[in-house]
Amino acid sequence: MGEVKLIATTQSLFCTRVEWALKLKGVEYEFIEEEDLRNKSPLLLKYNPVHKKVPLLLHHGKPIAESLVILEYIEETWKENPLLPQDPYERALARFWAQFLGDKCVFGAWEAAHKAEGEEKTKAIESAQESLAFLEKQIAGKKYFGGEEIGFLDIVAGWIPHWLSVMEEVGGMKLLEAEKFPLLHEWAHNFIQIPLIRECIPPREKLLDYFNASISYMRSLATNKQ
Amino acid sequence: MAEEVKLFRNWAGPFALRVVWALQLKGVPYDTIYEDLSEKSSLLLHYNPIHKKVPVLVHNGKPLAESLVILEYIEETWKQTPLFPEDPYERSTARFWARFGDDQLMPSVFNVFIKQGKEQEEAIARAQGDLKYLEEELRGKKFFSGEKIGFLDLAFGWVANLVSVFEEIQGLTLIEHEKYPLLLAWIQNFIDAPIIKESWPPRDKLITKYRARIEFYSSKEAAKK
Repeated sequence: MGEVKLIATTQSLFCTRVEWALKLKGVEYEFIEEEDLRNKSPLLLKYNPVHKKVPLLLHHGKPIAESLVILEYIEETWKENPLLPQDPYERALARFWAQFLGDKCVFGAWEAAHKAEGEEKTKAIESAQESLAFLEKQIAGKKYFGGEEIGFLDIVAGWIPHWLSVMEEVGGMKLLEAEKFPLLHEWAHNFIQIPLIRECIPPREKLLDYFNASISYMRSLATNKQ
Repeated sequence: MAEEVKLFRNWAGPFALRVVWALQLKGVPYDTIYEDLSEKSSLLLHYNPIHKKVPVLVHNGKPLAESLVILEYIEETWKQTPLFPEDPYERSTARFWARFGDDQLMPSVFNVFIKQGKEQEEAIARAQGDLKYLEEELRGKKFFSGEKIGFLDLAFGWVANLVSVFEEIQGLTLIEHEKYPLLLAWIQNFIDAPIIKESWPPRDKLITKYRARIEFYSSKEAAKK
């Protein structure tokens, strides 16, 4: 269906989402690695002038930015293996939860990770766990969020099995406790076993280095403010 | 088939207005339940336990929250008067700008009217930079969606609805005529459009309501120093 390029970094969970969607639909694409986000390439700056962020999909030279927008575009352009449910109400629920997962959950977990020990950190952990509790309810009675097969919401929640566990390690915290969230825990385990999913995730070491560096930086900013 | 569509909303809420406009444009009959957000009804809490916010659309007993998600649902359920473009690339562009509007433009505009001194100057510079993207998007078009009002116009409706209210309250012009002629023309065209006009909340009530809000947030900002 024509030339597809993905400008991305290997460690970004937002980028991997897009790769999963492309692979699930059997779309051939060229992965263009954005090496250093502190020194952005002319390509990225040209095609995503508004946010200057990855992931950025280029289809026939036309750019699409924002991971959830990209996922919808992929769904509408390549019709095989639909990711979203057929029924409009189910689709709306998937979109609602995707937004929730994309916003509240990811940044909530990140917030909890980078706070130093103390009251703020405890509060952030509680808040992040409230979000996980909603997800636990959503997965009840299903193998995947998409049902028997993975779908849109599994892809959007897909940061949880790998990235969250790294955030937990660098952040010195435990969010996805198996006793508290048995169903989500099981889903995470099933999801990450899928070969196509597994082959796109960045090596744990690389992710640990990346998050450790980010957290040190953010904590130093916080101490400098005082 | 008896269809039941209910909309839980706040009379001033810009997000709810999007849903109202979409339903009216498609000629979908619905009932409105006004919520006083200082005392949320148990029905609202039942339908939207996660965010506890309005608007909430309930279609045949099934609730949906988040106005942009609701707009997509309305589009897929009632096919008359399509609001989204047909082409997937144009749809993705519309979705991108709608998110930009909510996630970036809205806070940056609000900051202009609640911050003071140097912070306000910075907020103005930021908001004006963001507004420039809208000005550019309107090049060669009457509405963001083309010849007729569509999804993106509804998503940006708060710009037409609220910015001039904030400007009047604070005595400050953000959308200057020399800088944003197309945006101002769009605002006028949007306000004058028949269906949009009918649902416009009364301006004097908006001023009263937002004056209190702005004062509240401004004093919070001032107290931070």
